[in-house]
Amino acid sequence: MQITRGMRIHEAKAYVAERLGVSPFDLSDPITMEDVRREQQLGRITTFEISYPTQPSAMEAKFRIAELLDLPINCVQRFKRHAGLA
Amino acid sequence: METQYPTRMGDGSLARLTRSELRAELEEGTLAAASRAKVPPLSADELEHLLEIWASPAKFTAVDIGDEVVLTYDGSGSKTVGTRTQDLLIYEQMFGADSVELGHVDYSFKAIRTILPFEAQSMKDAQAVLTVPVMYGAMPNLGLYSKPDGPAPNWSELLPLARVDEARAAQEEAVGYAVEDMVKTADALWEAGADGIDFDTAGAAGDGDFLATLLAIERIRATHPDMGIQVGMAGEFVLGMHGQLEYDGVRLAGLWPRGQMELVRRAGATIYGPAITVNTRRTGAWNIARALTLVKPCMEVAEIPVHMNIGMGVGAVPTTSYLPLDAVARASRATVDILRLDGL
Repeated sequence: MQITRGMRIHEAKAYVAERLGVSPFDLSDPITMEDVRREQQLGRITTFEISYPTQPSAMEAKFRIAELLDLPINCVQRFKRHAGLA
Repeated sequence: METQYPTRMGDGSLARLTRSELRAELEEGTLAAASRAKVPPLSADELEHLLEIWASPAKFTAVDIGDEVVLTYDGSGSKTVGTRTQDLLIYEQMFGADSVELGHVDYSFKAIRTILPFEAQSMKDAQAVLTVPVMYGAMPNLGLYSKPDGPAPNWSELLPLARVDEARAAQEEAVGYAVEDMVKTADALWEAGADGIDFDTAGAAGDGDFLATLLAIERIRATHPDMGIQVGMAGEFVLGMHGQLEYDGVRLAGLWPRGQMELVRRAGATIYGPAITVNTRRTGAWNIARALTLVKPCMEVAEIPVHMNIGMGVGAVPTTSYLPLDAVARASRATVDILRLDGL
């Protein structure tokens, strides 16, 4: 929200929190956000002990992020175009 | 006898100061900045808060829960450990980076311009495997456009000979070349899927360097309305190597952070990053008070996010290759607590 929309931090947190259905304070809680990322399929931190092969990651997650935040993400737009999905 | 606290000098060396001595350092630092830049010093409450951070034996300190800000980076995709994409993944997955930056080891737009297709391919490949925003970064580095590295006459050689008009003309010529390279790079990386572009150390070669950056941003914004554009400055003060260059009616030479930020915003950037250089002969406390005093005027009028540069030699972080955690933690927390920044 800052990079593309130039939102100040509080505005950006409020926007993202509202779209995710949490409070701005919840954004600071990694336990809460782990649940949010899982439920909303926004991508996770993975290691060989903690893997999520059936969940969206990277480009897949960015599709979800773009939709959830109503944010045009450049690489997502181009992926759609290149894959004939646009 | 007063307790002495371990604290860092600007070169990273460890010193031990009492609370009274630290207070004196903070007061001296803010007054030095206020006098130099003609801005208000930090308030008594702000200095007291900084003193609580610095007069502590704690190895680490941080902002309150809920006050976290986001981080932008330079150099996180520099082929340090693995490939550039692997390095970006390390930053995302292991360091928890909010965003990352792909860059080339020859980190100047003039050099990048010659290998654009390869950089664009790297960006496209990186975007496929990363979740966080991936920026592309390089330095305007106006000096590279002067002889022997570039086509323009060398103004650094002309100025000592008092050939001022020729030196100015040389810089103006170089600005034209630099703008073209920056615009073409932005175009190519945007086409490859970049989330944004970072102009790192803008103003490093003085007012011509800063002007080239602003003119490039203007053109990039006109072509790509959704592109993220970040500007990280080279120093707290734009040097007047030319002395007469203006942008939008404002003379660039002599601009402090607030003036820099205003022009960066007008040109069309979305993130501004002030850089306050460290005095290695002074304490970290002196440096942080000085840095915050110089940047605080920005925050009073900021309309775009401000991500202060906090790193080696800037933002009160020591000028040393291996940064002490205690110094980085203190500087990071202080800038967020006092300035209410949008990021680092």
